[in-house]
Amino acid sequence: MAQQILERYIDGASSIHALDARVKLVLAVTTIVCASLLPAGSWLALLALTALVWATIIASSVGLLLILRRALVALPFLAVVVTIVFSVPGQPVFTVPLGFVTLTATDAGLLRFFTIVWKSWVSVQVALILTATTHFFDILRALGALHLPKIMVALLSFMYRYLFVLADEAQQLLRARDCRSAALDGRGGGSVWWRAKVTGQLVGTLFLRAFERSERIYVAMLARGYTGELRSLNARPLHPSDLRFGLGGALVLVLITLQAFLG
Amino acid sequence: MTIMAAEPTTEHVYERQAISVHLRDTSFAYPDGREALHGINLTIGAGEKVALVGPNGAGKSTLLLHLNGVLGALDGHVSIAGTPVTRATLRQIRALVGLVFQDPDDQLFSPTVFDDVAFGPLHMGLPEAEVRQRVAHALAQVGMSGYESRMPHHMSLGQRKRVAVATVLSMAPAVLALDEPSAGLDPRARRGLIELLQTLPQTLLVSTHDLRMVVEVFPRTIILAEGRVAHDGPTDQILANAALLAEHGLELV
Amino acid sequence: MLDLLERALVLALHIPDGFLSASVSALFWVLTLVCVTFAVRRTNKVLDDRQVPLMGVMAACIFAAQMLNFPVAGGTSGHVLGGALAAIVLGPAAGILVMTCVVALQALLFQDGGIVVMGANIFNMGVLTTLLGGAVFAGLLRLIGRQSKGLVIAGFAAAWVSVMAAAALTALQLIASGTAQPQVVLGAMLGVHSLIGVGEGLITAAALSFLLATRPDVLPAAVTDVLSGNARPVAKGQVLIGGLAIAALLLLLAPFASAAPDGLERVALDLGFIDGGRGPGAASPAGVLSDYTVPGLAGGISTILAGLVGVLIVVALGYGLAILLRRRSAARSNRSVPSSR
Repeated sequence: MAQQILERYIDGASSIHALDARVKLVLAVTTIVCASLLPAGSWLALLALTALVWATIIASSVGLLLILRRALVALPFLAVVVTIVFSVPGQPVFTVPLGFVTLTATDAGLLRFFTIVWKSWVSVQVALILTATTHFFDILRALGALHLPKIMVALLSFMYRYLFVLADEAQQLLRARDCRSAALDGRGGGSVWWRAKVTGQLVGTLFLRAFERSERIYVAMLARGYTGELRSLNARPLHPSDLRFGLGGALVLVLITLQAFLG
Repeated sequence: MTIMAAEPTTEHVYERQAISVHLRDTSFAYPDGREALHGINLTIGAGEKVALVGPNGAGKSTLLLHLNGVLGALDGHVSIAGTPVTRATLRQIRALVGLVFQDPDDQLFSPTVFDDVAFGPLHMGLPEAEVRQRVAHALAQVGMSGYESRMPHHMSLGQRKRVAVATVLSMAPAVLALDEPSAGLDPRARRGLIELLQTLPQTLLVSTHDLRMVVEVFPRTIILAEGRVAHDGPTDQILANAALLAEHGLELV
Repeated sequence: MLDLLERALVLALHIPDGFLSASVSALFWVLTLVCVTFAVRRTNKVLDDRQVPLMGVMAACIFAAQMLNFPVAGGTSGHVLGGALAAIVLGPAAGILVMTCVVALQALLFQDGGIVVMGANIFNMGVLTTLLGGAVFAGLLRLIGRQSKGLVIAGFAAAWVSVMAAAALTALQLIASGTAQPQVVLGAMLGVHSLIGVGEGLITAAALSFLLATRPDVLPAAVTDVLSGNARPVAKGQVLIGGLAIAALLLLLAPFASAAPDGLERVALDLGFIDGGRGPGAASPAGVLSDYTVPGLAGGISTILAGLVGVLIVVALGYGLAILLRRRSAARSNRSVPSSR
C-alpha cells in the first residue's frame, strides 16, 4: 500500500540508470554544492546548470514534467524568503500597499530572491533525478563505499526496509481510528486535546509494535550467525568509463562555478 | 573473526544427513516468569520430516528457538548432529540449524533479496565467490532465481516466504525449523510451499496448524500441549484418533 | 491518502538547498559531524548488538509516526516530529542517530530538506531537539516526577521546547545566511511553532503515558525509577544544566516578543536600516557570528541573537557530553528475550 507513494525509483534502462551509483552521488552533491556557492545574479551559470540537469533528466527518460512537478516540494519555503525582496536595500522597483503599511521591493532584493529560488529549484531537481534513477540500496552502498560509518549505513538500510512495513501499520491504525470516528451532526468528535491524546496513543502503539518487531528481527539475525559485527561484500571497482564520466562531469561543474566568479 | 575452515559447502549437505535433533529434559521459562517448556524429551532422526502441532501458546515457537540456541540455557540439554548446544558451539550450531520465522518481514531485514540470502553465509565468514554461489543455489532451490535485486516490499507474501526459506538454505543447514510456513498463504502459494517442502533433503521440524499440509508432507507428528509433548507418533495414526484430535482442539479441515 | 503523506512530509523546518549560505551550511555540517560522530562512538561503546536493529526500526517508526496526524483547526493538522520522544525513550546518543537517519532519509529519498543544507537540518531536528528535549525532560521529571502528572508535564514541556528551539535555530540560520528578513522570519517561525509545539507536546505526552501504562519496561530505567521514587536525589549539575536550557529558551522568546509587533512596520518605514554592511547583490557567505553579531541585523538584537545561538549550542553540546559520559553503565536489562550469543 504505502509503497506506491514511498517508492521514488522509476525503472528504466537508460545510461543514467546504469551509471555507477558512486559517480551519480558524487556528481549530484557536487552540482548542489556548486549551485550553493554561486553569487547572486549568476544567471549564466544557473542557466548552464539547469541545462545540464535537464539534459540528464531527458537522457534518463523518467520524464521532465514528472521531475518538475515533484520539484514543487520546496515551494512552501518561498514564503519565508520572499521577505528579503522588501528588506534588502537598493533601488525601489515596485510597492505593495498592505493597508496601513506599504512594502517597497528593491532591485537588489529581487536579484537575491530570484537567485535563491533558482538555486533551490535546480538543487531539488538534481536530488530528484538521483533518486529516480538510483535504487536507494545502491545509494546506501555508494555511501558505504564513500566511508560513511558502517553503523549509519546499517541503520539507514534497516530504516529503508521497515519504512514500508511501518507506514502500512500506521495507515492501518489511522483507518481503524477513522472507522470508529463517527460524528453526529453539530458535534465535533471530541476536543483538540482528546484528538491529540488519541493520536499519541496511536504513536505509542506504533512505537511498541516497532519495538517488538526489532526484537524479532534481532532474533532472526542471531539465528543466522549475527554476532554484533555487520559484514558486507566489498564494493566492486569503479568501471573506467564511469570514472571518466564522473571526472568529466565534475570538471564541467567546476568550470561553470569558476565562470560565475571570474566572468 | 574465526573463519570456519571445516564448514561444509553445499555439496556436503547430504553427508550431514546422518545426524539428528536431540532434546533431553529441556525446560524453559521466560524472564517474566511465564513457563513455556516443561521437561521436553525428543529425538529426531536424520532426514525425518516432523510436524509440530498444538494450540497457540503451547510452546511450539519457543521449542524451535531452542534448536539453535537463541533461547535456552546453553547447558548441553539440546544437541544437534551430536554437537551439544553450548556457548562454545553456538556458531557451528547456527550454521547447522536454519530457523525460518513466521512473519517474513521479520526474517527479511535487508533492502534486497540478495543481501538477505547472503547475510548468513557472510556472517559464517565465507569468501565472496562462495557467498555468491550459495545465494544463487539457494534461490534456485526455492524457485526464486532472478529476484536478487528485488526488494521484499515489492513481493507477494508467498514469494517472501520462499525467500525466507532461501535465507537459511544458503547456510547449508542440516536441520530446517519452520514456524507456521503456510499461515496466511493463498491456495496457490500454499501448494507451491508444500511442493518445496517435499523436495528439501534436510531434516524438517515444522510448527503448523495446517493439518492437511501435515498429511501431505510429514510422516511423523508431535502434539505439544502446555509446554509438554502430549503425543508423538506416525501422522496417520494421530489423525485417525478422533478422541486425541478433539482433546487438543485439532481439526482436519 | 497521497495528500495525507504530502502534508506529513511538508514540514516548515526542512530547509531546502539554496536557502542557506555556504558558510552557514559548512558550520552546521561541522557541528553535526562532531555530534553524530560522538553518538556513533557512544553507541559502539555500549556494544549492545540489539541496538542496531532497534535503532533502524525506530527510525522507520518515527518516520511513520509523522504520518499519524490529527485535525487541529481550519484544515491544518498536527503531528509529531519525534525528536524529544526519541531522546526520552532511546536515550540521547541513540536518539541523535535515529533522528539523523530520519532527516537524512527524508532529504535523500523525498527531497524534504536539501543535501548541502542537511548538516543544518540534522542539527536542528536531530541534535538540538534530542539533546534539549532529553535535558528538559530529565530535569523536569526529577523535579516533579513523583506527582502523578509528572511524566505528562515533563514530556509535554520537553517536546514543546525542542520544537521551539529547532524553529528558532532554523530562523537564525536563515537570517545569518541573508535569505530572510530577520524580525518577520523569527516572529513567523516562533509564532507558528509555538502552536505546532503544542501538538508535538500533547502527542509526546500521550504516547509516553500510553507506554507507561502498557509496557513500562520499554521506558529507560532512569524514567521508571523516578516515577516509582527509586531515583537518586537530583544532582546540582543537572538542575544547573536544566535551568540553563530553560533560561536560554526564555531569552529566545524575549526578542521575539519585543521585535515582532513592530517588525513589519519597521521594514516598511525605514527600509535600509538593516543590512547596511553589505552591498546589494553581494554573495552571502558572510562570517557567521563574527564579532558576536549576526550579519544583517541591527546591533542590539543582533548581539542578543548571537549570544543565544552560542548559549544554545554550548548547552546542547555540554548536556550531550555529560549525559553520554554518565550513562555508560545505564544498561537496559529489561528485555523479554535473553541475550545468548
